[in-house]
Amino acid sequence: MSPSTTDWTADEMMTVAASRALRDGSACFVGIGLPSTAANVARRTHAPDLVLVYESGAIGSKPPSLPLSIGDGMLATTADAVVSVPEIFNYWLQPGRIDVGFLGAAQIDRYANINTTVIGDYDHPKVRLPGAGGAPEIAASCREVIVVVRHSKRTFVERVDFITSVGFGSGPEDRERLGLRGGGPSMVITDLGVLEPDPDTAELTLVRVHPGVEPDEVRQATGWDLAVADQVAVTAAPSERELEVLRDLERSSAGAS
Amino acid sequence: MAGMAEIVSLQEAVAQLVHDGDVVAMEGFTHLIPFAAGHEVIRQQRRDLTLVRMTPDVIYDQLIGAGCARKLVFSWGGNPGVGSLHRFRDAIQNDWPAPVEIEEHSHAGMANRYVAGASGLPFGVLRGYVGTDLPAHTATIKSITCPFTGEELTAVPALNPDVSVIHAQRADRRGNVQMWGLTGVQKEVVLGARRAIVTVEEIVDELDARPGAIVLPTWTIDAVAVVPKGAHPSYAQDYYERDNDYYRSWDAISRDRDAFLQWLEREILNGAGSTA
Repeated sequence: MSPSTTDWTADEMMTVAASRALRDGSACFVGIGLPSTAANVARRTHAPDLVLVYESGAIGSKPPSLPLSIGDGMLATTADAVVSVPEIFNYWLQPGRIDVGFLGAAQIDRYANINTTVIGDYDHPKVRLPGAGGAPEIAASCREVIVVVRHSKRTFVERVDFITSVGFGSGPEDRERLGLRGGGPSMVITDLGVLEPDPDTAELTLVRVHPGVEPDEVRQATGWDLAVADQVAVTAAPSERELEVLRDLERSSAGAS
Repeated sequence: MAGMAEIVSLQEAVAQLVHDGDVVAMEGFTHLIPFAAGHEVIRQQRRDLTLVRMTPDVIYDQLIGAGCARKLVFSWGGNPGVGSLHRFRDAIQNDWPAPVEIEEHSHAGMANRYVAGASGLPFGVLRGYVGTDLPAHTATIKSITCPFTGEELTAVPALNPDVSVIHAQRADRRGNVQMWGLTGVQKEVVLGARRAIVTVEEIVDELDARPGAIVLPTWTIDAVAVVPKGAHPSYAQDYYERDNDYYRSWDAISRDRDAFLQWLEREILNGAGSTA
């Protein structure tokens, strides 16, 4: 039975929207989970020449199913090149060779600064999160960063409890002042819509909603007074092909366990 | 370090080379994680260790829960693809079973600390951490000015563990170690260490060529121990696959102190086991 184009979840829409943001032929630094799913959907649809780079040292991986970790064997055995971890960060990420970095977030603020370290006080955390991993330097050095995260007031906060990865700091001049060479976040894709930094203020602005979502819903799920573009576009619903590819990938991953 | 590696049992290697209070780095980036050696350290009840590892995933969750750690130096503490490390969180949030001090970095920072350690330099240099809150909480992240360009860069001190522990596919009878696939920071962590233990899947007469393989010469290693499946539940390329179910099942075991203690008793203290 082929999936109907009206029958999809908000998470599927988010993943498909993220996959569409990846241009064919670009090099993409991929974290595990949703970014890896989105990148693998892109590679099987509009971007067959997308280069998947995993921080474990696999460059140009073509995984046949979804890996559970960023270092699964299939990432190395299907890669164009396998390099050490110091090399992936020093030779590949740091000089600006990677076009797109994909990041998730436990908290994000209006300037797209990201927290994945702690909720609450650092020394007495309410929730201790995994920490930085590769994210600070991905956020600093990729040509652009795409953040993918579910929309809620708990996540979209006025102030992040800890800056793990810098978006635009406290305003439009900050990246240059800090000497960060990459362009910073170009879009934040959620299960409700897409935010982009305002070209003048660098503040995240709602530019697109997913089908069936009202801009007001997005404002209500945001912990600050969210700026909304004059013209809010509507994302094209996932195509049958996109859903088929996505669901096949997820099935293959579940089956592999 | 000089002389050839001794080929010994894992029990002997840990007994001779890992001491209470040591700085211990067990590395392997998803691939070739030295789980069996970690379990042996728990079994021999080492205490007050400073545990160093980029991704203190399930292996350090087990060591922390078992009370081996005094301090953790790391850059990402999660169960890859599954979620949180509950023993790690319980130690940091609730001091159980003992308080654990943390020294927190990014992957790029940790990688450069190992490179500096292997290079015999006092520090590594990178473009990193700038604008984040990490330097305010981690004393081992400092700003440095490039003497040639004036650019502000970040310096991180070398890591030179008392003992480094890795797992590799195989060694020859002289103790030369060969590994391939994703080799992470294992070369750096061995070359930067005062003492090094390598567990291997097998010992062979001849290390024939493998694509992309690296060899650590026997004289860079103190002890080689043969431990088939010594990286389980992680994997050893061309030997066995990653046991994803183990990582998933670890979530429930580690969430609950009693379930964890029962696991510890059953699988580690009373068993030879590395199964969940």
